[in-house]
Amino acid sequence: MKARVLIRPKAGILDPQGQAVERALPALGFSGATNVHVGRLIELEVDDPSQLPSMCERLLANTLIEDFEVIDLG
Amino acid sequence: MKFGVVRFPGTCDDVDAQLAAARVGDAELLWHADRDLQGVDAVVVPGGFSYGDYLRAGAIARFAPVMESVIEFAHEGGLVLGICNGFQILCEAGLLPGALLPNDHLKFVFRQVELEVVDPDTAFTKSSPARLSIPVKHMSGRYYAPTPVEVVLRYARGQNPNGSQNDIAGVINEGGNVFGLMPHPEHAVDPLTGSTDGLTIFESIAASVGALV
Repeated sequence: MKARVLIRPKAGILDPQGQAVERALPALGFSGATNVHVGRLIELEVDDPSQLPSMCERLLANTLIEDFEVIDLG
Repeated sequence: MKFGVVRFPGTCDDVDAQLAAARVGDAELLWHADRDLQGVDAVVVPGGFSYGDYLRAGAIARFAPVMESVIEFAHEGGLVLGICNGFQILCEAGLLPGALLPNDHLKFVFRQVELEVVDPDTAFTKSSPARLSIPVKHMSGRYYAPTPVEVVLRYARGQNPNGSQNDIAGVINEGGNVFGLMPHPEHAVDPLTGSTDGLTIFESIAASVGALV
């Protein structure tokens, strides 16, 4: 199975990268972009998709500060 | 006493840590791929960029063979000091609570900071004065923990260099034998560099294992 794992900063934890991007957009003339957050994307192929949540919890994400979402790419 | 200083690929403060530790005891390097802790009395996980800080700072290093032994050593009550990247690794390994996030200003910070010793009775601060002047140098030093933790060091008022929660600079585990801090005591051991306050952390460890009175 091909999978895509999206990792986001947990809600409520300061996300300075998101803030920096949000402040940069108006400088380029783009207005009205709010709630910008920057995370990570990991794509992988796995033999056993049932292991994905455990992979995320133990290595791919730090669940203290990040949320993860697994997307099945078929 | 004998200190063991862990060296991962990408570690860069191992030699400074070894030289600092050697001022109060014997000190040797422990290779990341080697499980043998060589009978050391205390372990130092030094600063740098272990495994390139890939994924998250400390995330890969915590699975190195040497860390299995360090975790076991810590669970048996052995003293473990994590400095900067070492602090990040100990958090990722679950030996310390919390996590270290990118600095709030997103810049690498490198400067001398004043620290308040909040808890002077730990195995790592018993020989320290109430205030320490020690340098910081990091990109991800913003400490965060969702629940209360045992704070040992705080940045002095107005000196928080990274947006750390409650000015936290160093925390200790519940057992009192694992200590992590973002500032670099190993870089403050010689008058030539302006402060010898960092040496008191190593002296405290030596005193705690009974090697220094």
